[in-house]
Amino acid sequence: MIAASGLTKRYPGGHEALRDVGFEVSAGEMVFITGHSGAGKSTLVKLVAAIERPTSGSLVVNGQNLAALRKAALPYLRRHFGLVFQDQKLLFDRTVLDNVLLPLEIVGLPRREAVRRAQAALDKVGLLEREKARPIALSGGEQQRLAIARAVVNRPTILLADEPTGNLDAQSALEVLEIFESFHQVGVTVVVATHDPQWIERYRPHVLRLDHGRLVP
Amino acid sequence: MIGPWLSQHRAALASAIRRLVAAPLSTLLSLLAIGIALTLPAAGFVLLDNLRDVGRNAAGAQQISVFMALDASRKDLAEIESRLRREVPGTWRFVPREEALKRLQASEGMAEIVASLPRNPLPDAFVVEPEGAAPEALEALRQTFTGWPRVAHVQLDSAWIRRFDAFLRLGRLAVSLLAAIFAAGLVAVTFNTIRLQVLSQAAEIEVARLIGATDAFIRRPFQYFGALQGLLGGVFAYALVAGGLGLLATPVAELAALYGGTFALRGPGALAAGALAAAGAGLGWLGAQLSVTLSLRRFA
Repeated sequence: MIAASGLTKRYPGGHEALRDVGFEVSAGEMVFITGHSGAGKSTLVKLVAAIERPTSGSLVVNGQNLAALRKAALPYLRRHFGLVFQDQKLLFDRTVLDNVLLPLEIVGLPRREAVRRAQAALDKVGLLEREKARPIALSGGEQQRLAIARAVVNRPTILLADEPTGNLDAQSALEVLEIFESFHQVGVTVVVATHDPQWIERYRPHVLRLDHGRLVP
Repeated sequence: MIGPWLSQHRAALASAIRRLVAAPLSTLLSLLAIGIALTLPAAGFVLLDNLRDVGRNAAGAQQISVFMALDASRKDLAEIESRLRREVPGTWRFVPREEALKRLQASEGMAEIVASLPRNPLPDAFVVEPEGAAPEALEALRQTFTGWPRVAHVQLDSAWIRRFDAFLRLGRLAVSLLAAIFAAGLVAVTFNTIRLQVLSQAAEIEVARLIGATDAFIRRPFQYFGALQGLLGGVFAYALVAGGLGLLATPVAELAALYGGTFALRGPGALAAGALAAAGAGLGWLGAQLSVTLSLRRFA
C-alpha cells in the first residue's frame, strides 16, 4: 500500500527532516510512526499524504509514485486518504454535519445519500446527536472525533493521522484510539504518527521509529 | 457521470446564493455599482437606436432625380423607363417637362418669369425612390443612372444623410468605447469582491484541497457568485434604462407633436434585456474567474 525507499526531505535553508528512509506498509496494516519531537514524524505523514514532495527517493502510495505525480492528479489521490491532524482543521462556520458532508460534496454525491452517509460516520464516532451543533461547542475530544468522522466518511483506503491525541486527555485519547482500531479491523490501512506510548503498549503494532530524520530499529 | 456533476453545480449555485443573501448591504452596493456601469452604455445604445429611427423616417423622402437631355426622344424615355423597371427596386415616377413647367408657374412669383421665357427650359425627369436607403447604395445608383443613355444630370441630395450616418457611426464608436471601459470596471468590481471572499474563506479552501477538492470545485461557487451578481446587475440596469425611457416618453412625444410629427421613443426590447443580463453575467463570471485563479495560485 505504501512503499518508500531512500526517502529524503530537505527544507529550504538546509534542514534535513528525513534522511534515506525506507519502509513498506501492506494493505490493511496498522502502523505507528514514533519518535521524539522534531524527529520527522509530521514530515513523513505530509509526504505520504502528498502535502509535501520528497527532495529525493521514491514513495509509492496506492500504486502511484508521489515524486512524479502530476498536480492535476493530486485531488483524486487525496480522495483515497482520510486525513486527521493534530489541529483538526475543522470549519467553524459550518455545523458538525456540514463539516462531515464536505468530502462528499467534493465527489458530488447526491445530497440525500451524502447526508445518510455523514450521519452514519457521525454515529460511528458518537456524535450523531450533536450534528446540528457548531464545532466550537464541542470538547477537544469531540472535535477530534469529528475530524475522524470527516476523514472516514468517504471510505478511504488509507487513514493517516498526525498526533491525533496530542491535545487530548487520557480518556478522550483512548476513545480516539479505539475508533482507529475499529477501522483497522474492517481492513483500512491506518498510519498514525504519535509520541504517545499508550498506543504502542496496547496494540504492539508495526512501528516505524524515527530519530533525527533516520529510521532506527 | 452526469449525476455528480449536476449535484456539484447545484451545490455551488446554492452556496453562491447563500453568500449573496448573507451580506445584503454589500450585495446591494455591488449591484448598484454594476447596474450603473451597465446603464450608461445601454442608455447610449438605446439613444442611438432611436436616432437611427429618426434618420430612417426622414430617409423616406430620399429621392434621386434623373434629368434627361433636352432633346431626348420618346424612345429614349421608354428605354430609361424599362431599365428602371428591370434594375431598380423601389418606386419611381415620370415628370414630363410640361408638367414641371406648370408646377413652376404655380409657384409664387415664378409665373411672370416663366411667361417671359421663350421656350420651356426644363427637361423630362424621373424621380426615383429606391428601396433600402443606405447611403452607399444611393451613391452607387447615382453612378449607374449617370451612365445611362441620354441622361444629362443625376441629382442625389444625400449629403445630410451621409453626415447623419457618420454622426451615428461616431456615436456608436463612442458608446462602444464607453461600454468597454465600464465592462472593465465591472470585471474589476467583481474581481475585488471575489478576492475578499477568497481571503475570508482561506481555511475552507485549505481543508477542501486537503480532502481532494479539485481547483475547479473550489472555483465553482465563486464563478457562480460573480455570474449571478453580474446577471442581477444587468437586470437592474435594464430596469433603470426602461424606467428612464418611460419618464422621457411623454415629453418626447410632446416635442415631436410641436414639430408636427409623431415619434414614439423605442425602449430596449426583450432582446436587449437578455443581452444586458448575459453581458452582466459573462463579465461577472470573467472577473470571478480571474480573481479566484490568481488567488488560488498565491495559496498553493
